[in-house]
Amino acid sequence: MESTSLLKLDKICKSYYGNRVLKDVCLEIKKGEIHGLVGENGAGKSTLMNILFGMPVIQQTGGYEGDVVLEGNQVCFTCPSEAMDYGIGMVHQEFMLIPGFTVAENIKLNRERTKPNVISRLIGKKMETIDVQRNRHDARASLDRLGMSFDEMMPVGGLPVGYMQFIEVAREIDKENTKVVVFDEPTAVLTESEAEQFLDTARKLANDGLGVLFISHRLDEVVSLCDRITVLRDGEVVALLNRGEASIQRIAELMVGRQINRLADRKKTVQVNKPILEIRNLAVEMPGEKVKEFDLDLYEGEILGVGGLAGHGKIGIANGIMGMYPATGSLVKQGKSLPLGDTMLMLQENMAFVSEDRRGVGLLWDESIEHNIIIAAMQSQKKFLKRVTPLLTIEDRKKIHEHTLKMIKDLDIRCVGPQQLVKRLSGGNQQKICIARAITLSPDILFVSEPTRGIDIGAKRIVLDLLLQLNRDLGVTIVMTSSELAELRSVCDRIAIIYEGRLEGVLPPDAPDLDFGLMMAGEFEHKGADQV
Amino acid sequence: MIPEQKELKPNTNSPLIKIKRKLIEFAVPLLFLVLCIIGAYYARLQPSFLINEIIMRMARNPVLVLALIIPVLAGMGMNFAIVLGAMAGQIGLIIITHYEATGITGVTVAALIAVPFAIIFGYLTGKLLNRAKGKEMITSMIFGFFAVYVWQLFFLVFVGSIIPMRNEKMILSTGVGVRNTVDLVGIRYALDDIIKIRDLPGITIPISTLIVVALFCILITFFMKTKLGQDIRAVGQNMEIAAISGINVDKIRITAIIISTVLAAWGQIIWLQNIGTLNTYGSHVQVGLFAVAALLIGGASVAKANIWQVLLGTFLFHTLFIISPTAGRNLLGDAQIGEFFRVFVAYGVIAVALVLHAWQKHSAAKNK
Amino acid sequence: MKNILDLAYNIIGLPRLIISIFLLVFLIAAAVVDLSIPMLTGSLLVRVGMNAVLVLALIPAIKAGTGLNLALPLGIMCGLVGAVVAIEYKLSGAASFAVALAIAVPLAIIVGYLYGLVLNRIKGQEMIVGTYVGFSVVSGMCIFWLLAPFKNPEMVWAYGGTGLRNTILLHSSFDKILNDFLGFKIGEIEIPTGLLLFFGLLCFMVWLFGKTRTGNAMHVAGSNPRFALSCGINIDKMRILGTVLSTILACIGILVYSQSYGFLQLYQGPLMMAFPAAAAILIGGASPKKAAISHVIIGTFLFQSLLVVAPPVINVLVEGSFSEVFRGIVSNGVILYALATKWEGGE
Repeated sequence: MESTSLLKLDKICKSYYGNRVLKDVCLEIKKGEIHGLVGENGAGKSTLMNILFGMPVIQQTGGYEGDVVLEGNQVCFTCPSEAMDYGIGMVHQEFMLIPGFTVAENIKLNRERTKPNVISRLIGKKMETIDVQRNRHDARASLDRLGMSFDEMMPVGGLPVGYMQFIEVAREIDKENTKVVVFDEPTAVLTESEAEQFLDTARKLANDGLGVLFISHRLDEVVSLCDRITVLRDGEVVALLNRGEASIQRIAELMVGRQINRLADRKKTVQVNKPILEIRNLAVEMPGEKVKEFDLDLYEGEILGVGGLAGHGKIGIANGIMGMYPATGSLVKQGKSLPLGDTMLMLQENMAFVSEDRRGVGLLWDESIEHNIIIAAMQSQKKFLKRVTPLLTIEDRKKIHEHTLKMIKDLDIRCVGPQQLVKRLSGGNQQKICIARAITLSPDILFVSEPTRGIDIGAKRIVLDLLLQLNRDLGVTIVMTSSELAELRSVCDRIAIIYEGRLEGVLPPDAPDLDFGLMMAGEFEHKGADQV
Repeated sequence: MIPEQKELKPNTNSPLIKIKRKLIEFAVPLLFLVLCIIGAYYARLQPSFLINEIIMRMARNPVLVLALIIPVLAGMGMNFAIVLGAMAGQIGLIIITHYEATGITGVTVAALIAVPFAIIFGYLTGKLLNRAKGKEMITSMIFGFFAVYVWQLFFLVFVGSIIPMRNEKMILSTGVGVRNTVDLVGIRYALDDIIKIRDLPGITIPISTLIVVALFCILITFFMKTKLGQDIRAVGQNMEIAAISGINVDKIRITAIIISTVLAAWGQIIWLQNIGTLNTYGSHVQVGLFAVAALLIGGASVAKANIWQVLLGTFLFHTLFIISPTAGRNLLGDAQIGEFFRVFVAYGVIAVALVLHAWQKHSAAKNK
Repeated sequence: MKNILDLAYNIIGLPRLIISIFLLVFLIAAAVVDLSIPMLTGSLLVRVGMNAVLVLALIPAIKAGTGLNLALPLGIMCGLVGAVVAIEYKLSGAASFAVALAIAVPLAIIVGYLYGLVLNRIKGQEMIVGTYVGFSVVSGMCIFWLLAPFKNPEMVWAYGGTGLRNTILLHSSFDKILNDFLGFKIGEIEIPTGLLLFFGLLCFMVWLFGKTRTGNAMHVAGSNPRFALSCGINIDKMRILGTVLSTILACIGILVYSQSYGFLQLYQGPLMMAFPAAAAILIGGASPKKAAISHVIIGTFLFQSLLVVAPPVINVLVEGSFSEVFRGIVSNGVILYALATKWEGGE
C-alpha cells in the first residue's frame, strides 16, 4: 500500500561558524508511519529538529540549505508557533506543562474555547468568557483517544510524572490540523509499563493517519516500534533501515563506526594491582546528568576515558567527586577515605579538575590570565601568599607573575601577556589556561571533562597532546570525560561507558565498534563484566 | 537527555493537606485579628465611633487595594507603582477643582480625565518592568519614588511658571506652585451621599460607595474568567511556557499594569472624595505602602491574591490603623508610639512577606 | 564625530555621560551667574568626604555578589546607637567619637551577620528585601528612641518629656572632629584634611583586604559563584562576610556623616539614606554586579558636585526649592537605569 509522503527533509546542510554539523541529510515521514531517528550526541539530531521547528538560533547563525517539504509544499519556518500552526507538534523531553493549571487548561493552553458576552461585543475577542465546559469536553476527548482515564480537572502539579507525557501528547492531538508529531526521548522518565503504554499510544496515532517521528536512544523500543529508521552519524545519514532489516546490533554498529587515529602509545605499564582511587556506589544529583550508581577502580598512571550518551551521567561523575554537585557514596584515595562534597578537601588532596563548562565554571571571564591560573591554588593550597606583617598575609605578586610566565611558556599559550583578559583568547588557549590552573594545584589525579569542546580542529590535537604529556612526563593520572568517542579511543588506555546513570562496562580502545555501540545503547549483554 | 526521574508527588488534595493549607493561608489574618482585638480593648474607643470609622474605610479604601490583584496574578509581584495611578486620579481632581466642577458630575469627569493619564503611566511602568524581569518589585518601588519627585517638579516648580494656572485659590502665594492643600469641598462625599443610611446614631453608611466597591469586585472576578484573564494567569504561572504556546508575554504584562494603574486612579478619587482635602504633595505618597500591607495582612502573598483577601486585609489593616494611637496612649503613655507602631507593622509585614516569598522561590529553584 | 560619541558612550557609560554633561552645563552657568567658586569647592570637598564612606559601604556587598545593599539603614542604626550612648555618658571630642565607634562596630557585626543569614536564603531578591528590612528596622527603632531610658538633657525632649529628640546637636561631643583635624586653608578654600584622610584610610583598608586570601575569595565568590565553588570557596560564607563588612562601613559612615553635618538625625531621618549612596556608586560607573573604589570616588564627586552647583543656578531661573526634587529625580533615575539594564558579570 503506497503511503503518501507527509514530511520530507531534503538534503539539509547546516554549519555553525564554519563547523559543518549537517550534510545532505534526508529524512522522510509518510502518513501513518512511525519513523525512528537515532544517533549519538553530536550526530545532529537536535540541529535537525531546530531547523524543522524554525528555532531562531538557526536564522541567527546563517540559516540552512536544503528543503523542508510538508505535504508537497515547501515550507520554511521562522518560529516555533509557525511550525505548530502548520501542524507539526513536538512532545519535548522537558515537560512544557504548567503545574498550577488543570490538565484541561494545559491541553487547551492559548487555544481555549470561548463564549462572547456583553463586554466582548464592545471591546473585543480578548474579553470573551472561557467556555469551561467545552474545554473540558475537548480535553476529555483527546485523553480518551489516547486511552487515558485520569481526571482532566486535576491540577497537573499533583500528578505522577508518567502522566505528564500523555498530557503533552493529548495537547498536540487536540490541535485540529496536527499532521506530524515529533517525540524526543519520550520514554526516558517512564517506568516500563508506562513506556509500553506510551508505545501503544504512538501506534494509535499512526493508525489515525498521523506521521510520528520517534527520536530515542532506546534501541529495543526503536526496533519494535518503528516502520523505518534513519541513522545519523557525524551530521550525515549513514543508513535508512526498514522494519525487518533493523536489529539492535546493526544500529549500534552504524551509530559508532568511524576511523580512529591513535595518538597515544598502545602499550603502557599500568599498575593494575594498585588503584589510586576507589569509587563505590557513587550517586550524583546533577540536573540533566544524574549518576545513580557508579563503581570503578582508577589505576595510577592511566588515562581513563568516560563516555556515554548525553544526559546519562558521564559528566556527573567528575562533578560529583569534586563536590560541584551533591553526591553520595564512598571514595578512597591511596587508602585514605575521603568524604564527598568538600571541594576544598579534594583540591588539598591533589585532585584537580577541568570543567566541561569552560565559560561558566572554568574561567573568570573578565579577569586576567594570571588571576585565573593561580586563584584556585591560592585558595585551597595557600600558595602565592606572603606575610607582610605578623597579622597580614597578602598575595605575592612576584611569585604569581613568575609562575604565570612559566605556564605561558610551558603550555605555549598564545597571548599578549599575563595581564591579558582571558575572554580575549581563543578557545584553545582558554582551555590551556584551565589546564594550567589545574597543573598549578600539583595534582596526581586530573579530571578533564569535554577537553576539546568548542575548540577548532587544529587546537584540539594540541590540547590532547598536552594531556598526554602531563601523563607521560609528570605521571598525572587522568580521567577524561568526552562526548566524542573517537577522541577517547585515540588517547585513553581504558574507556568506561555510562548508560542511564550506571557503569555499563569498560572497553579497551581497540574494541570493536559494535561493542561500543551496544554499550552506549545499554544493550551490551554484560560480557566480561569482571573487567572493571 | 534523561530528565530527572522525579518522585511521585503525594496526592495534594487529601483533606489533611487541605486543612494545613487553609491554616497557613489564614495564619496572618488571624494574627492580626488577635492584634486588633487586643488593641481595641486597650484603645477603649466608643463602639459607634469605631464602627463608623471602619465602615467609612471599607468604602473608601478597597479599590486601591483591588488595584494590586491583577499584577500579582500576572506574576509581577506587588505593584508599588500604583502611586502613579493615584497621581493620575489626582490630576483629574485638580483639573475639575480648577474649573470648579462639583458633585457627582465633577467626580465622574475627574474619573474620565484620569483614564488617559493612567493608561500612559501604566504603559510606561509596564515597559519598564518588562526590562527588569525578575526584579519587578524593586523596580516598581523606585519608579514610584521617581514619579513622586517628578510630580513635585511639575506641580511645585512648573505650574505657575511654565504652565499657567488661572485659578488663584490653588496657587501658592509666591505665584509658582500649587498650594499644599487643595480643598475638595465641591466634590466631598459626592459619591458617598448618593445613597447614605443615617439611621443609627453616630453611624453613617455610604451605601453607594460600597456598591461601587462591590461592582469592582464583581468586575475583577468576571475579568479573570475571560480569555485575557486566562492569559494573564498563564503568564503569571510560567512566562516561558506561555511564550512557547504563543501568548505575547510582554503585552500581557503591560496590560496587567495598565489595568492596575487605572483602578488605582479611580481608587484614589474615591478615597479623596471621602477625605475632602487633597494634600497635594502627600496624599499619594504612601498609597503603595498601605495598599500592599493591607493586601498581605489579608492573607495574600506575592504570588497569589483574591478579592476576599483584599476585603479582609483592608478591614484588619485599617482597624489596626484606627486603634493604634489611642491604644498606644493608654498602654504606654504616648500616642506617638501607636503611630510608630502602625508604620512599623506596615513595613514589617511587607518585609516578612518578601522574605518568605523569596525564600520559597530560592528553595524551589535549588530543588529543581 | 559620531565615532567619538559612540566611544564616549561605551567607555564612560550612559549615566556618567549624562551627569557629566549636566555638570558641565551647570558649572558654566554658575560661572556666568557669578557664584562663589571657592565657596563651592570647599563645600564640595566636605560633602564628598562626609558622604563617601556610606557609598564605600556598598563595595563589599557588591563584590561578594549580594548586589546593591539597600539595607544600609541597618548599619546606620548601629552607628546612631553608638553615638547616642557616647553622648549619654557625656563624652566629648575624640573620645566620644572613638567610643561611638567602639559600640557601633560590634553591633554592626552582629546585625550584619544575622542579615547575611537571611540574604543567603533569598538569593536574587536582595534589593527589595533589603529595602523593606531597612525600612522596618528604622521604623521599629523609632519606638526604641522614644522608649529607651536616656537621660542626657541634650538629647531628651525638654519639659519633662520622655524619649530622644528628632535631631541631636553634636557641638558638645564630636562635631567636626574629623573635618577640623589638621584642617587648613588654601586662599579662601577650606580643606577638611582629617575627613579626607579618614576616608582615604578606609579606602586603603578596603583595597588591602582585596589583596588577602579571604578578600580574593570574596571577590571571586561574587564574580562567578560556580567558579568560586570549584576553588573550594564557600559562597554563603563569603556573602555573609560581604554583608558584615558592608554593615560595619555603614555604621562608620553615618558617624562620619553626622560629625560633619553637626547633627544626629534619628527617627525617620535614616529611612532613605541607602538610595543616594546607591545612586552615587552607579553614577561612578559601578553596576549591581561590579564595583571598584574608583567608582565610589568618582561617583560621589559627580553626584555631590551636581547637588552643590545645580540648585543655586536653577534658583536664579526658577522660583522655588529645587534641591530635594533634583536629588530625588537624579538618584532614583540612575537606580532605575541600573535596574532596567542587563549587566554582565556575576551569575
